[in-house]
Amino acid sequence: MKILVPVKRVVDYNVKIRVKPDGSGVDLANVKMSMNPFDEIGVEEALRLKEAGKATEVVVVSIGPAQAAETLRTGLAMGADRGILVKTDAAVEPLAVAKILKGVVEAEAPGLVILGKQAIDDDCAQTGQMLSALLGWSQGTFASKVVIDGDVLSVTREVDGGLQTVKLKMPAIVTTDLRLNEPRYASLPNIMKAKKKPIDEKTPADFGVDTTPRLKVLTTVEPGARKAGVKVGSVAELVQKLKSEAGVI
Amino acid sequence: MDFALDFEQQALVNSLEEFCRRELYPHEAVVEELRYVPDEIKQEIRRKSLEAGFDGMNLPEEWGGPGLDKQTKMQAERVMGKPSTALGQCMNRGVTGILFKCRDEQIEEYLLPSIRGERKNAFALTEPGAGSDARAIVTRAERQGGEWVINGVKQFISGADIADFIILIAVSGTDQTPKGPRKRFTAFLVDKASPGLRVEPMKSIVTRGYNPTMVYFDNVRVPDSKILGGEGEGFNTANEWLYDGRVALSAHCVGRAERIFDMTKEWAGSRKAFGRTIGEFQGIGFKIANMAIDIKLGDLMVKEAAWKMDNDLMNRTEASMVNYYCSEMVFRVADNAVQIFGGMGMMEDFPIQRFWRDARIERIWEGTSEIHQDVIAKDLLRPYRN
Ligand SMILES: Cc1cc2nc3c(=O)[nH]c(=O)nc-3n(C[C@H](O)[C@H](O)[C@H](O)COP(=O)(O)OP(=O)(O)OC[C@H]3O[C@@H](n4cnc5c(N)ncnc54)[C@H](O)[C@@H]3O)c2cc1C
Repeated sequence: MKILVPVKRVVDYNVKIRVKPDGSGVDLANVKMSMNPFDEIGVEEALRLKEAGKATEVVVVSIGPAQAAETLRTGLAMGADRGILVKTDAAVEPLAVAKILKGVVEAEAPGLVILGKQAIDDDCAQTGQMLSALLGWSQGTFASKVVIDGDVLSVTREVDGGLQTVKLKMPAIVTTDLRLNEPRYASLPNIMKAKKKPIDEKTPADFGVDTTPRLKVLTTVEPGARKAGVKVGSVAELVQKLKSEAGVI
Repeated sequence: MDFALDFEQQALVNSLEEFCRRELYPHEAVVEELRYVPDEIKQEIRRKSLEAGFDGMNLPEEWGGPGLDKQTKMQAERVMGKPSTALGQCMNRGVTGILFKCRDEQIEEYLLPSIRGERKNAFALTEPGAGSDARAIVTRAERQGGEWVINGVKQFISGADIADFIILIAVSGTDQTPKGPRKRFTAFLVDKASPGLRVEPMKSIVTRGYNPTMVYFDNVRVPDSKILGGEGEGFNTANEWLYDGRVALSAHCVGRAERIFDMTKEWAGSRKAFGRTIGEFQGIGFKIANMAIDIKLGDLMVKEAAWKMDNDLMNRTEASMVNYYCSEMVFRVADNAVQIFGGMGMMEDFPIQRFWRDARIERIWEGTSEIHQDVIAKDLLRPYRN
């Protein structure tokens, strides 16, 4: 079985981001870019499944500018077998990403697609679900555990208030949550091998997808500064405030 | 010269940085407190570094390493300057250059176990009466029967407490030359368990967990087979190892300065006084700007030095220049950091004071700043000497 792992190039999670003065977006000039952390978890899970003998090949795919090839190489340096770069300089919205991925899935015929539950740049959390709908495949989102048994996939999901386990028929879609695993370090030998692994180049047009945006960003603003908290004198006062001021109990 | 990191260099840097953040930084406070690295921590780091393939990363291909070029190696060493030295040492990245002189059974007994991380050594040259003036050492190795008998005292020897053999430089005789008597210096491999060898800790304020020690040799007997390199060739170290040491130290200084600077920017951008962040005052802003420029210069010097090494253009003047600049630079950066942190910079619960103490040693241990300046000036003025 082949596993497809889409990986997105995003601003590194350690970077203190700045909104551009004209509010048109986040300033990306000279900013360190990395693989979306949830996608890294996806690559790790795919590699573990391969190491456990449940999969035979791990293919990483990225949709983005030429530099997204570096993100693919990072996946290859972790241990993925090959990469596909769908090259576009345009901003691609989740629906267009899902449509392109549908095309990639049709060409590659993987048994499993593991995506991050969201990308840390726009936090949309839509692509996995959209891809599942477009393909008509089952989905297990926000996974904290994935077990393959024959052609049945058990996915433990992190939902509000606890865990839920769903059984899916493969082929299927999984999106990763933070606790699924801790990604490995790209090892030095794998880093050196990554350069020699193949990366296929495609364009959205190859999959007949029109990436013209359907959404318009009106403005981007910094989050407001946090307001100072208050100290309460007693539990009784706390309960009273929660009731009357916060209105949560 | 193109100093942009390629994919492999950047990937290695990223991977090592993540490793330091996850596996080394969390143990720094406890090592500082204990002044040693507890065994569990040591073993865990070893295991994880082995898993991640960082073991032996500085080894040449002939000894099973990846044979990285100097530029890549020094970029990796820059990252390894960030964590505490004691914890970084728990990773088994390579071996002391002089060990490549091992031959015959020394290879099985010392070199290979060192490569595998099973044996650790300390390098013992300095003595109470001889530091910068290394040729003034008096530790003697005398031939008696088929053996060498060693007597003397070594001072400031790093890590002899946790090592299991010592690479010792001793005087094995005197040659009469037209210019007067000349000492013969010889390197010996001395097992720490040898009768007559004793190690005593020294309490230092820097690099806690990687501690200087006194090493006493009292009629320690070793056979000929423990001579490393030839007799009388103790100071004939390959230039490559000398440059490697100086440029790697410089790279460490750059990495450490970067880490200090990251913490300092955050503080300057959030600490408030007189109704604004302290970074908004020019007095602090100028320091921030100068720190950034200083670090960049050090980084460029390391990259240029590595490029020179890769292209066989390195010499000792250049090695002293980069070593001098970077070790002075990291202390300036650390000192400015303390100033910007104010009182908090002096508190033991805060890491800034540790970086400040640790930065101080760089101006002393791989040759003092004055010795490097002396080398540079002598080399540059040599053509004008008559
Ligand atoms: C923490 C620590 C770890 C160490 N680890 C090791 C180790 O593992 N193995 C080892 O062999 N050694 C080790 N050393 C020793 C180190 O290499 C020496 O401290 C260093 O070479 C300086 O020697 P010294 O301390 O005797 O100072 P000295 O040589 O006495 O120098 C004192 C001062 O005089 C100056 N000076 C001396 N000569 C000149 C000159 N010609 N021109 C101008 N100024 C001069 C020096 O720059 C310095 O400022 C370590 C030292 C420390 C502190």
